[in-house]
Amino acid sequence: MPKILVVDDSNSIRDMVSFTLKSAGYETVEAKDGKEGLTRAQAGTFDLVISDVNMPIMDGITLCQELRKLPSFKFTPILMLTTESSGDMKMRGKAAGATGWLVKPFNPEKLLATIKRVVR
Amino acid sequence: MSVDLSQFIPNFLAESFEGLELMESSLLNLEQGDDETMNAIFRAAHSIKGGAGTFGFDHVTEFTHLVETLLDEMRNGQRAIKQDDVELLLVSVDCMRMLIEAIRDEGDYDKDKIDETYQLLLVALKGKEPDLLPTTNNSTDKSVTSTDGMTEWNISFIPEHHLVQTGNDPLLLFNALAELGELKVEANCNNLPSILDADPQELYLSWNLTLHSKNASEALIREVFEWVEDECELTITQNKPAECDVESANLEEKLTASQPADSNDTANLDESLTVEKVAENTQQEKQVIKAPTKSTSKTKVDAGSIRVGVDKVDSLINLVGELVITQSMLSELGSDFDLSKVERLTSGLEQLLQNTKELQESVMRIRMLPISFAFNRFPRLIHDLGKKTGKDIELVLKGEQTELDKTVMEQISDPLVHLVRNAVDHGIETAEVRAANGKATKGKIVLDAYHQGGNIVIEIKDDGGGINRDAVYNKAVEKGIVDAGTSLTDNQVFELIFEPGFSTAQEISDISGRGVGMDVVKKNIQALGGRIQIDSTPGEGSTFKVNLPLTLAILDGQLVKVGSETYIVPLITIVESLQTKAELINRVSGDMVLYRLREDNVPIIPIYKLFGIASDADADSLEEALLVVVEADGQKVGLLVDDLLAQQQVVIKSLDENYQQVEGISGATILGDGSVAMILDIPGLIELAMQNANHRLSSKTHSPSAEGAMI
Repeated sequence: MPKILVVDDSNSIRDMVSFTLKSAGYETVEAKDGKEGLTRAQAGTFDLVISDVNMPIMDGITLCQELRKLPSFKFTPILMLTTESSGDMKMRGKAAGATGWLVKPFNPEKLLATIKRVVR
Repeated sequence: MSVDLSQFIPNFLAESFEGLELMESSLLNLEQGDDETMNAIFRAAHSIKGGAGTFGFDHVTEFTHLVETLLDEMRNGQRAIKQDDVELLLVSVDCMRMLIEAIRDEGDYDKDKIDETYQLLLVALKGKEPDLLPTTNNSTDKSVTSTDGMTEWNISFIPEHHLVQTGNDPLLLFNALAELGELKVEANCNNLPSILDADPQELYLSWNLTLHSKNASEALIREVFEWVEDECELTITQNKPAECDVESANLEEKLTASQPADSNDTANLDESLTVEKVAENTQQEKQVIKAPTKSTSKTKVDAGSIRVGVDKVDSLINLVGELVITQSMLSELGSDFDLSKVERLTSGLEQLLQNTKELQESVMRIRMLPISFAFNRFPRLIHDLGKKTGKDIELVLKGEQTELDKTVMEQISDPLVHLVRNAVDHGIETAEVRAANGKATKGKIVLDAYHQGGNIVIEIKDDGGGINRDAVYNKAVEKGIVDAGTSLTDNQVFELIFEPGFSTAQEISDISGRGVGMDVVKKNIQALGGRIQIDSTPGEGSTFKVNLPLTLAILDGQLVKVGSETYIVPLITIVESLQTKAELINRVSGDMVLYRLREDNVPIIPIYKLFGIASDADADSLEEALLVVVEADGQKVGLLVDDLLAQQQVVIKSLDENYQQVEGISGATILGDGSVAMILDIPGLIELAMQNANHRLSSKTHSPSAEGAMI
């Protein structure tokens, strides 16, 4: 069962993403900011990381950069969850090593369809 | 698949309200704040927008998007932080709150106000229109005008070597492409280095893809490669409409060659991939998710929900654990009991008492919230009132961490607002007046909360002009509340402002002074089992002190005995208990008996008479009788009782729900011995006794013969 790390400071978004993933048969681990996300990531292996960009303590871009430094996350897909559809944010994400992005708002179908592009 | 997300809506709403409060308080503190303040405001708006979009509340998303854009410009330094913008953002926060409240209550909102603010935001952001509409990512829906014939697309995909190191997997890209139509994949292995030179973490292949599709467009194809377009050379060319070539591509052997050896994501490439999905199928698979806005029964937020810190729940679990241990100890003791075990029984029971007490406190703590929840709205209120009245006012909040029962908090909120409005409107003088009196031009209002003897005290203190005793007195005379010439103490005069219909405002302003204020405030506070006191010094300001029980479910009570009955007097109402002395008893007229208590004359209410029960004591002798002096509505009375019993906390059971409302009784409780005791409603009791006295008085004057009918 693919295991996905969900990082978002908003409880409702995190719950919703996690719930959607679980109902589709994925296993999820949650974190409420980049720092916690990094700690959780270091404690295990994941098939995918979905992270918000704007978060307190450590933002998603930094999290992504930190994750890419870890050998076990070198090839792991990392999706940035963002409402900022501007090219700038996407480029910053890519530069930090993100695989792709998921533009909020999204519905569960969109979320699962996008995940299918990076997790088999 | 369809996922019902409506269960997360209450969570989203609660979070949004928190976000809005944070936005509001941070906006008000922007001057003192740093970059992080602005970032926090932005994040809050951002989260609300994201959540609203996810749950399909598009009107919230659309509105919040403008707010977010404005905040983003301020955050980036593109826009100077100006007071006008801050005001606009504050109004926007109100609008967002209104929208979200409408979702919560499934009610309507003031659309004009929203539209007006929306326009103002647009004006503020002018020049930015192209980016204004929220990006709704429905690219799969905006299907290209379908032609009858198939279109053939040739795609040349030459990825950079490091492509897989960002977690992208070409195979999955091709999968996505295959959903658009019939896909033929050809790998180009020409650039494969020798096995010795190859870096297992790099990708050396490139591909030629042929897509036969009815409704693919270049945009749709590019979207598939969206994440990798900067890391590859991508050429997309359209051939003439062609017949669909039904030929499946087998990728197996070609892809295995490119296997990055230790890559997690590309480890399973040897499984064969047969690409023959047709676009129509995917269209059919798509299910429409039920819009959360329409699932009425589920979106309704449970108004009774409460968010509790984990520490509180943990302490509960811990206590329950101890209780279980005590219980098992006691039951073991009871199974084979003899007198030698009495000591252990006693200690076991003591432990049980301790457990119960702690458990009770712990459970009560769950309902407790810091009073900052109620205080948080005041910075904004003061800001707005200051603007409206042109007064410069500083608000100081103290004791914000003082915890209070959630229900009490909800119900005290409005009275507090009224008191603060009053302080601004009637208390604080204008800057000119203050300067003339040698005071700082900036007025000050202090809100303070603290615990005092099992109660919570909330103080609203202003450094204004104080209550004008003469103005209040004259007004009261004019309104017929007191007779001209009555001599009253300062406190009695101040109490007059709580009389129904009283208002000293020279003109009725739209802030306060509608004449329905203070009496309602007092009633609300009393309904919570609390009381309000005024302290005021001319020229120095006034303090309104609100005394509230910590919770509504439990009451600190004094048990008293009257005849064979036990009653409970709320401790908060008791001024003192005393034994009467004959020389201080004053029979005024007929049944009305007054007791001289220092400077006051306190009417004595014999409870046995009021409730018509037999008393132990000699009914006629008031000498050396027990008197419990209680106070409500600024009126002291002495309750005549037979005996004072213990003081204890009692759990309030509603008489309304279990029986019916009874005058003079506010509820009931069950005592340790299993008997039921009534809790006295002191304000009600006083009113009842006064009515009876007046009734007697009037019936005496008008028809002396009816005297016998009275109690």
